[in-house]
Amino acid sequence: MRSDGYYLGIDIGSVSTNLILTDKNGNISAKLYKRTCGQPIQSLVQGVNEIVLGLGCPNIIGVGVTGSGRELAGVIVGADIVKNEITTHAIAAQSFIPDVRTILEIGGQDSKIIILRKGIVYDFAMNTVCAAGTGSFLDRQAARLGLPIEEFGDLALQSSSPVRIAGRCAVFAESDMIHKQQAGHSKEDIVSGLCEALVRNYLSNLAKGKDIFEPVVFQGGVAANTGIAAAFERALDMKIIIPEHYEVMGAYGAALIARQRRMSDSSFETRFTGFEAMKRSYSTRSKDCDGCAGMCEIVELISDGLVQARWGDRCGKWSFSKAER
Amino acid sequence: MKITFPHLGNTYIVVKSILDDMDVEYVIPPFSNKEALELGTRYSPEMVCLPLKINIGNFIQAYELGADTVLMAGGCGPCRFGYYSQLHREILIDAGYPMEIITLEIGSGGIGELAMNTLKIVKKNMSRIQLPLAIGRAVKIAKRLDELEMLSFKIRAREREQGRVDKVYRSFRRKAMEKCGSREITNLIRQTEEELRGVVLNHRANPLKVGVVGEIYTGIEQFASFEIQERLGRMGVDVERKVTVSNWIIEHMIKKGLHLPRDLRYQEAASPWLGAMIGGHAQETIGNAVMYAQKGYDGVIQIFPLSCMPEIVAESLLSSVEHELGIPVLTLIIDEMTGEAGYMTRVEAFIDMLEKRRECEKHEVGRLLSWN
Repeated sequence: MRSDGYYLGIDIGSVSTNLILTDKNGNISAKLYKRTCGQPIQSLVQGVNEIVLGLGCPNIIGVGVTGSGRELAGVIVGADIVKNEITTHAIAAQSFIPDVRTILEIGGQDSKIIILRKGIVYDFAMNTVCAAGTGSFLDRQAARLGLPIEEFGDLALQSSSPVRIAGRCAVFAESDMIHKQQAGHSKEDIVSGLCEALVRNYLSNLAKGKDIFEPVVFQGGVAANTGIAAAFERALDMKIIIPEHYEVMGAYGAALIARQRRMSDSSFETRFTGFEAMKRSYSTRSKDCDGCAGMCEIVELISDGLVQARWGDRCGKWSFSKAER
Repeated sequence: MKITFPHLGNTYIVVKSILDDMDVEYVIPPFSNKEALELGTRYSPEMVCLPLKINIGNFIQAYELGADTVLMAGGCGPCRFGYYSQLHREILIDAGYPMEIITLEIGSGGIGELAMNTLKIVKKNMSRIQLPLAIGRAVKIAKRLDELEMLSFKIRAREREQGRVDKVYRSFRRKAMEKCGSREITNLIRQTEEELRGVVLNHRANPLKVGVVGEIYTGIEQFASFEIQERLGRMGVDVERKVTVSNWIIEHMIKKGLHLPRDLRYQEAASPWLGAMIGGHAQETIGNAVMYAQKGYDGVIQIFPLSCMPEIVAESLLSSVEHELGIPVLTLIIDEMTGEAGYMTRVEAFIDMLEKRRECEKHEVGRLLSWN
């Protein structure tokens, strides 16, 4: 076995699928951020092939997956570690800013705050139910204003007096925004108002009762939005650090955890299924189990007409059953 | 008259024991399931809390199996639960499932009213003294059932071969359906206890200890809380929950009804934060969380259904308990969502955090000792 090789980190979120390739020392060699477009399997398989373009067939020595699609991704790529997003984001942020004490993370479908003390995660909160504090909300409002999301933040920075928009709920915010728009407020003031509304929602929802101390790191896809970062700086009166690879931090954290696992275990062998496996076609099928009154929704992963894996059951009847080969 | 009753963890075994002993006809609804939740959601007011919706689903599924009378607990604790049975009656009538509802509660009519209502289920040819005897036996069973569940939590966190406890415990719940009467049930509990104690343990395991607090229904009914306690166990976490069915029957119904001295340690523990009963189990939530912290537990998980007022108050107080006593608290609010990934991400991250915190504390203690 070659002693050099790469670690692959994958963060498969609802909005974007992020991949990262690091060398054996954990330095980033390649990264990829692509939209999931509601098709996690396809974007994952394509992503794995895309990230190694130009590298031939690199030797993968460890794989970590995270994100809401981690179970699915873990089966397809053969992950060595499957970790939740909170842990991976924290590890990644610490690798860039070792003394970080607050991590703000806003992704497509959820947002998180992670509080660290003495170098470990001390407290966290995660919002998965309220769309008003997430990137999807910004996406939608940008589309309504006919604005590419990439220009959203810079436009917000041009505002001199942001309008006030209700941030408690995406539905209220939207109707509030339409009223302000029809009253004749300028686009930049509305966009800036939206940024402030999102930040207000985030701080009152997630950061409620938590002590925010510097250094504060802001990551996740929404960190690309300079308007939001500026609104955070105003609201917190603190400097916000945006790491260079803010959009793929989850994937990076997953790769780092895979690396830690390999380093601490001398008999470690990766379970990576290989690049050939990425060329196969995958599909899924769901069904209700009728084994008991629980009626769990079972997901079956099918490739080449055979069931490769099953999950979704509470009792383990399906997930422990062997794949058809 | 064919009686049914809502599911709440292992309560069906307790009620079954009484009804078997009294030779009363009854139907146990299928274990709470997705369809029950769907039925309940269809017919219940949208803003009402989740337990009521699942109850309605249980009743309708039992009605379809021939039940015509619902046996329901009630109470005057200032929480919506006290009004459940009235709501149940109206909802079932509107939905086209006219069922009689017998509410067991100590209402304005005092203990006499409870006795009268309870006697409604006694057959004419049955000696009335049978009932208190059957209840007495059932209370003992309730207590043993809760002990059995707590034992399963302890062992699941330490089992060497994963899945042994699940297997024993699941088959116990199924077998209990087939047993008849308090004697057979007691024997089954004893057998199961032995089986659990026979599970091979990993003696080096030093599991994290987590106390579960919060609203009683979501804490006990596994379906409502997507089996979180079992899942924690499978992750190697030792779970404990103080709020149980037997505790409720003994402390809140029997001792309160008969004005006997109650176990009020939780009130004392809660008093710096919450000095009064504000409804539901809010004071237990605070008190038990404080006691878990004092006993050196690694963390506390609070569970309650969306819009549960007493627990919302408790949640805001728990954040000061968390800060002042240094015990991490994770709050999970449960509603009709069946997508569990969001919950499991938080639970996993919470457990990761507890592990890291424990490691870190160990290092610190180590350093302190070496200085001495």
